[in-house]
Amino acid sequence: MVKAEIYQALGLSDSEYLKVEELMGREPSPTELAMFSVEWSEHCGYPRSRKWLKLFPQTGKYPSLVGEDSGGFILDDLAIIFKMESHNHPSQVEPKQGAATGVGGIIRDIFTAGARPIASLDSLRFGPPTEAYSNFLLKGVVEGIAFYGNCLGVPTVGGEVYFDESYSGNCLVNAMSIGIAPKNKIARARAQGTGNAIMYVGSSTGRDGIGGCSILASQEFCEKEEKRPTVQIGDPFTEKCLIEATLEMLATDYVVGIKDMGAAGLTCSSAEMAAAGGVGMEIDLDKVPRREEGMEPWEVMMSESQERMLVCVQKGKEAEITRIFEKWDLHGVLIGRVTEDKMVRVKDKGKVVAEIKSEFLANAPLYDMPAEKPDYLKEINDLDLQQLPVPDDYPAVLLKLLASPTIASKEWVYEQYDHMVQTNSVVLPGSDAAVLRLKGTGKGIAATSDCNGRYCFLNPYRGAQIAVAEAARNLVCSGADPAAVTDCLNFGNPEKPDRFWYFKHCVQGIADACKTFGLAVVSGNVSFYNESPKGPIYPTPTIGMIGVLNDLNKRCTQYFKNEGDVIVLLGETKEELGGSEYLKVIHNRVAGEAPALDLEKEKALQQLVYDAIQQELVNSAHDCAEGGLAVALAESCVSNKEQIIGAQIIDLQALNPGIRKDAILFGETQSRIVISCDPAALVKIRTSAKKFGIVCSEIGRVGGQRFNIANLIDLPIETVSESWRNGLTRYVK
Amino acid sequence: MKFGVVVFPGSNCDQDCFYAVNDLLKQPVEYIWHKTTKLDQFEAIILPGGFSYGDYLRTGAIARFSPIMEAVIKYARSGGLVIGICNGFQILLEAGLLPGAMLRNTSLHFICKYVELKVENTATPFTSEYKPGQRVRIPIAHNEGNYYIDAKGLRSLKDNQQIVFRYTANPNGSIDDIAGIVNQEGNVLGMMPHPERSSEKDLGSSDGYLVFTSMLKWLKQKSIKP
Repeated sequence: MVKAEIYQALGLSDSEYLKVEELMGREPSPTELAMFSVEWSEHCGYPRSRKWLKLFPQTGKYPSLVGEDSGGFILDDLAIIFKMESHNHPSQVEPKQGAATGVGGIIRDIFTAGARPIASLDSLRFGPPTEAYSNFLLKGVVEGIAFYGNCLGVPTVGGEVYFDESYSGNCLVNAMSIGIAPKNKIARARAQGTGNAIMYVGSSTGRDGIGGCSILASQEFCEKEEKRPTVQIGDPFTEKCLIEATLEMLATDYVVGIKDMGAAGLTCSSAEMAAAGGVGMEIDLDKVPRREEGMEPWEVMMSESQERMLVCVQKGKEAEITRIFEKWDLHGVLIGRVTEDKMVRVKDKGKVVAEIKSEFLANAPLYDMPAEKPDYLKEINDLDLQQLPVPDDYPAVLLKLLASPTIASKEWVYEQYDHMVQTNSVVLPGSDAAVLRLKGTGKGIAATSDCNGRYCFLNPYRGAQIAVAEAARNLVCSGADPAAVTDCLNFGNPEKPDRFWYFKHCVQGIADACKTFGLAVVSGNVSFYNESPKGPIYPTPTIGMIGVLNDLNKRCTQYFKNEGDVIVLLGETKEELGGSEYLKVIHNRVAGEAPALDLEKEKALQQLVYDAIQQELVNSAHDCAEGGLAVALAESCVSNKEQIIGAQIIDLQALNPGIRKDAILFGETQSRIVISCDPAALVKIRTSAKKFGIVCSEIGRVGGQRFNIANLIDLPIETVSESWRNGLTRYVK
Repeated sequence: MKFGVVVFPGSNCDQDCFYAVNDLLKQPVEYIWHKTTKLDQFEAIILPGGFSYGDYLRTGAIARFSPIMEAVIKYARSGGLVIGICNGFQILLEAGLLPGAMLRNTSLHFICKYVELKVENTATPFTSEYKPGQRVRIPIAHNEGNYYIDAKGLRSLKDNQQIVFRYTANPNGSIDDIAGIVNQEGNVLGMMPHPERSSEKDLGSSDGYLVFTSMLKWLKQKSIKP
């Protein structure tokens, strides 16, 4: 038997080791043991989460594609492929390279499906920027995303950045990428056809990133540990060449299957391609291009060196493939063949160093994890509004909220990203969702990512539903019809029952909300063990969502545009302050219940706004999110820096006469959208709202140079703008 | 009029330039792989933006040694139209077809945003469709756009009217707010802002399109002349 400290160092438990022995019927070789350890890690094999992920709907209102590595949906003749993935722990250890390789990895998942990557989004969460290490992480992560994405020529068009102490010891970096391909040109991640070639393409193999998935991604952070050697190093120039060479190769029709060597490198790509195709493969490590000498076979199999892929190529076409990769100064070498016997056989210096049935590797054990609602939640959910003082200076509260880094302008972030390359960005970052045109079709897609971890902490089922609802709402506000979902589920240690309880409920919430909206979950990623000695992160199931604009001309932005336009609030305002940014920033509390959500009402509101935009009745639309109505109004006034415009809100109390003023202004009641329209369009909007059963309140007018809310707040619009613009910048300049 | 768009490994605005010429200007255009050495069949050459060779050593420093560059230098010296955009401008500087050098932006960050430019010289093949002094909105996207030239060089640029575009609010520290310059003969333009990203209303501005229509106009006039 292999010594316990060896398999434990690789991240395997005692029971997992015994299971390996049982399956193999003998003691595994070091290379075999290493291969099991990475393939059975949570990052690759999803042993703890798989059971629950089956709840997600795989079909929706658009024809969906759920592939091995990524998924998407069909729009006319195009496949829109997208996926989100975490790179949290690498970024916490080495922010620039961690984030950069996160971007590189997700983009590889897109072009290995045969799709040209057309955009990326990044959903980021850090501790407060006043903390030195969180501030360092913020700067490093943004630099890393810019370093990699800009060089590739894939625009970074959107995302989100949240700040909260819960992420202080474990930041979140969730990268999402979108690609398009002709629908009949989608590549599969499988090997087939005995005798077909297994080729290694891209960059060479070194010792970087060994154990990235099994050790770094599948354990929580402890104090005084050195994990930097497990972080990979990114080379965006090589990846750019790899994109072009891969797409050139896939255009030849000689490719049977292709898979990125991402997490667990050559082990994962060989085992999973073989298992997916129901075949075996024999590979010869002596043929693998190296950047370091003296690497052991297990090191080669576990290396997570970046910018590499494994391709199954029709027998006899190897030279064609090599020629394409050599044109781009990349490796394209034959390392093995597809076999009939379903074994993954690895040879090194003429000797077999591993011989495992591919399905043993690809089918990680399945665990039923205990889940238990934490006792502490009851106390936290209990928020007595009677005890909460009403502010005496509303303008000061508004300015403080606008300057809260979570709400404040993210211009400092997105200006560092090339968000225009490929010339498809028709709505630039800074509105509710990014809108990209699909050249030559007159159509477009909108993309967003959303999740309020605080809501999920207070009520995981509803918080997750709100994440889905808000993402859809953001798309609708940009004029798009929500089409499909990807997710990145970030949670603490799943072996702790309270953490797992959160996971389970969030998954159920996402599944139920997606079913209501008719959205398929086409791809996704699970990231556990997001905790440090400071505790777990808030449960953060980030939702990435794409919507369709059938007529690109009918797109909408959140900015007020015309003097004299009427401002209308669609949706009802309730007395809800639980989990709000107001409660956190002004009262320094995270408490209460997450805002209520009625999915049917939400759907009706979205249909109402979508229709109104299609009928060109609406000049702007912005959803009420963090900071509530007052912040949504302020953002509508100031977020287009080329046209800052005031607003006069006349009637506030009419929204709900019975409730606290701070709840009206800053409460985060869901299912509300602020629109502006020509006064002449109001009658039609009212009629339509009535039909959908949505409360429609005319609350004021666009115009002037002041921001006035019923005289409770009356500020020069410049003051409002500056507070929002400098909120984050003041910590990073 | 046949345009050529040079593709270096790591170019990433090549397809955008191709699209601007092919789909908007509706002129024939071809990609030119950087290992090519002949340019006879082209009437204008575009060196696109991006990160040639990853810009790992210094922007444009490696691309300048690509086989194509000897041909580009010959082409330019014989009066052919050459425009370098962003990384293309940096390559033209490294190749010595334009004077000066690029430093990192003073913010030490990559900057991507719309900026306002003032058209300083409309008597070039690239700007004849603009009005003198016209203010235009064209986006920038670069890490090293902080143009530098010594005092003598700057004087010479001014004396010969070689400064074609200036920023109205300097985003990167560029000397004398310079955003684009031509060579003494006027047939080689380098500019940091991206005209191909602002050639259609859908993208927020079509001000950049006039760079392409100016080139076409100049080429047509040249072909009429005996």
